[in-house]
Amino acid sequence: MLRSFTLAALAVTAGAWACAANAQDIVKIPGVLELSGAGAISGTNYRDGFLLALDDINAAGGVLGKKLALETADTASDPGKARAAVQRALDDKPVMILGPVFSGSVNATLPMTNEAQVPQIIGGEAANITSQGSKYIFRTSFGQNVSMPKIANYLRDGAKAKNVAIIYVNNDFGKGGRNAIIKELETRGIKVAADISIEAGQADFAADVVKVKGSGADAIFVYVNEEESARFLIEARKQGVDKPLIGETTLLGQKVIDLAKEAANGVKGHVGLTIDAPVPAVADYAKRFEAKYKYKSDHNGMKGYIAAYFFKTAAEKVGKFDPVAIAAAMHGLTITPDKVPGILIEASWDETGEIDRVSYLAEIKDGKQVITETLPKLKP
Amino acid sequence: MNDFIQLIIAGLATGSIYALAAVGFTLLWQTSQTINFAQGEFVMLPAFFALAGMKFFGLPFPIAAIAAILLSMLTLGVLFKTVVVDPLHKQGTLPLVISTIGLAILLREGVKEFYSAEAQRFPSFFPNINIGTSAANGGSGFNVSADQIGVLIVATATILLLSWFLASTKTGRQMQATAQNPTVARILGVNVERMVMYTFLINGALAAIASLLISPIYLAKFSSGETLGLVAFVAAIVGGFNQVRGAIVGGFLVGIIDNLVAAYISTSYRQAVPLALLVMIILLRPQGLLGRAEERAV
Repeated sequence: MLRSFTLAALAVTAGAWACAANAQDIVKIPGVLELSGAGAISGTNYRDGFLLALDDINAAGGVLGKKLALETADTASDPGKARAAVQRALDDKPVMILGPVFSGSVNATLPMTNEAQVPQIIGGEAANITSQGSKYIFRTSFGQNVSMPKIANYLRDGAKAKNVAIIYVNNDFGKGGRNAIIKELETRGIKVAADISIEAGQADFAADVVKVKGSGADAIFVYVNEEESARFLIEARKQGVDKPLIGETTLLGQKVIDLAKEAANGVKGHVGLTIDAPVPAVADYAKRFEAKYKYKSDHNGMKGYIAAYFFKTAAEKVGKFDPVAIAAAMHGLTITPDKVPGILIEASWDETGEIDRVSYLAEIKDGKQVITETLPKLKP
Repeated sequence: MNDFIQLIIAGLATGSIYALAAVGFTLLWQTSQTINFAQGEFVMLPAFFALAGMKFFGLPFPIAAIAAILLSMLTLGVLFKTVVVDPLHKQGTLPLVISTIGLAILLREGVKEFYSAEAQRFPSFFPNINIGTSAANGGSGFNVSADQIGVLIVATATILLLSWFLASTKTGRQMQATAQNPTVARILGVNVERMVMYTFLINGALAAIASLLISPIYLAKFSSGETLGLVAFVAAIVGGFNQVRGAIVGGFLVGIIDNLVAAYISTSYRQAVPLALLVMIILLRPQGLLGRAEERAV
C-alpha cells in the first residue's frame, strides 16, 4: 500500500515538475488589441504580424533560450476595456505589452505601463503619445509628428495645392493628425478650405462629400481609419469628386483597396510601411503572411512583425528578461537587416520611443499600391 | 442649390432603406404586438447569407442574393416566429422585447465569430457610375450616382408593391383585418395564425432586400445593424407605429433630415438627430405623424 502511494506521489511530482519546467521555458507576452469594433482590421493585422514573427523566432530557438507566446485580450476598440486588460496583464508582471493600436486606447494605458516600468510596443500614431514623458512607450511606425511634415511637403510640391479640405475621424488618432497637418500647412502657406470631422464607424458619407465638393479645395486630405476610408472613397467616386485625394497609410492600405476596389484608384499619399516597398525582405514577409493568414497584410501587420524583432534584439542585448533594462536598451537602438533580417528595414528609436526609418510616397494604380518615391530617414 | 438637391436625393435613397426596415417594425407590431429590437441585425444578416453563398458554395451574386432572401424568410420569418415569438408572446410584451434584444446580440456575435469581425465588400446590382455632369468639364456640377437612383427605385417599388398587396389582394386585406382586430377577423373566417406567419415572412423578405441594397454602400459588417435598427425604430415611431404608410414617411423623413443636418449643421451631432426627432414627436404628437391614437384599458 505504502509502495503504491509512494509511486503515485512520485508520478504526480514528476508531472508537476515537467509542467513547471515547460512553463518556465515560455515567456508570455500580453497582447491588448482591437480584435473587434472599429479597430478590428488594425488589431487583427497587428496580432497576426506579431504571431508570424514569433513562429520564426521560436523555430530558430526563441529568445535567450525561451519560446515566446502571445496571449491576447480584445479591447473591442474601447479605451476603457483596454485599461482593464492592461491592468490584468500588469498583475502578471510581464516583460512587455503588445498594443493597443488605437491612439485613444494607447493614451489611456501608457501611464499604467510607465508606472509599472514595463515596455509597451504600440501601434498608435497620434503625435501626443511620445510627448508625455513615458520611458516605456515605443512605436514601430511613424508618429504624426514625423509623417505630417512629409505629407504637407507633398501637398505643396506634388499636388501643388493652395487650398486643402481636411476630413478626419473624431478620435485621438484623427484629431492628432488634423492638428498636426493644419500646423504644417500653415507654415507652408496652404489654406484649409474645409475642416470636417466624421465619426468612427460612420457609414453614410454623402453629406460629407457634398461639403468637400462645395469647399473649393484643390486637394482633399483624408485622415480616417481604413473602413471609413473605403466608404468615403466609394461615395467620393459616386459623386464624381475629381480633386486629388491624398492621405496617409490608412488611406492607401491594402484593406482600403480590398474594400473600395476601383474607387481607390488614383489615391496618393505618404506611407511609412507598406508591403509594396521595394525591399526583398518585405516582399518575402508579405508572401509568407498571406500564405499563413489567407489575406494580405497591411502596415499594421508589418508593425506587429517588427515589434517582435525589436523586443528580441533589445532582450538579447540585455541578456535577461528584465523589463526595465530592456526598455533602457530600446532607447537609442538601431537595428539593421544585415544583423536582424526580421526588422525588414533599418530602424532607429530615439529617447522618446519614436522610430526613424525610410518612408515612401505611393499611389494606387489598377487596384495596387505603387511606390513612386523613397524618402530618406530624418536622421540618416 | 445643386448640393441641396444632391443631399435630398442621397437622403431619399438612404431613407427608402430605413423605410423598408421601419415597415417591418410596424407590420410585426400590428399583427403580433412584437417590438423587434433585433430588426437592425435582421437587416445586417442577409448580406452575410449572400456572402457565405458566394464564398462557400461558389454561387453567382444574383443567385446568392435570391438565396439570401429565401433563407431570410425562413430564419428571420418562420424560425423567429416559432422559436422566439410564439413561446414568449403569451408572457406579454416586455419578455419578448428583452428576448429580441438578446437575439440582436446573438446575431451580432454569431456573425463576428463565424464569419468575420471585419467589414466586407459587398457587390451592387447597380453600376457605380456618376450620372451627373462635372463642373470641371463645363457641366452643371450636379452629381447623382446610378447606385443611389437604383436603391431609391428598388426600395420604393418594393414599398409600393407591398402597399398594393395589403390594400388590393384578398390575403392582404385579411392581414389588415388581423392587424386591426384578430378576434373579429377570426369570427369572420380569417385564418389569423396564417396571416401572422405571412407578416413574419414579409418582414424577413423586407429585411433581406434592405440588406442587399444598403450593404454595397455601408459595407457588410456584424455591427452595422446597431445604428440601422435604432434609426428604423425612430422612423417607425415618427411616422406612426400603427400605420405602414407612417413608417414609410418616417423612413424618408429621417433619411433626408440626417443628411441635411450632417451637411449644414454638424456631422458630429448627426447620430443625435433621430433621437431628438423621436423626443419631439413623442411630446407633440405621440401617435406619430400619420398614426392613429389608440386607447387601451389598464
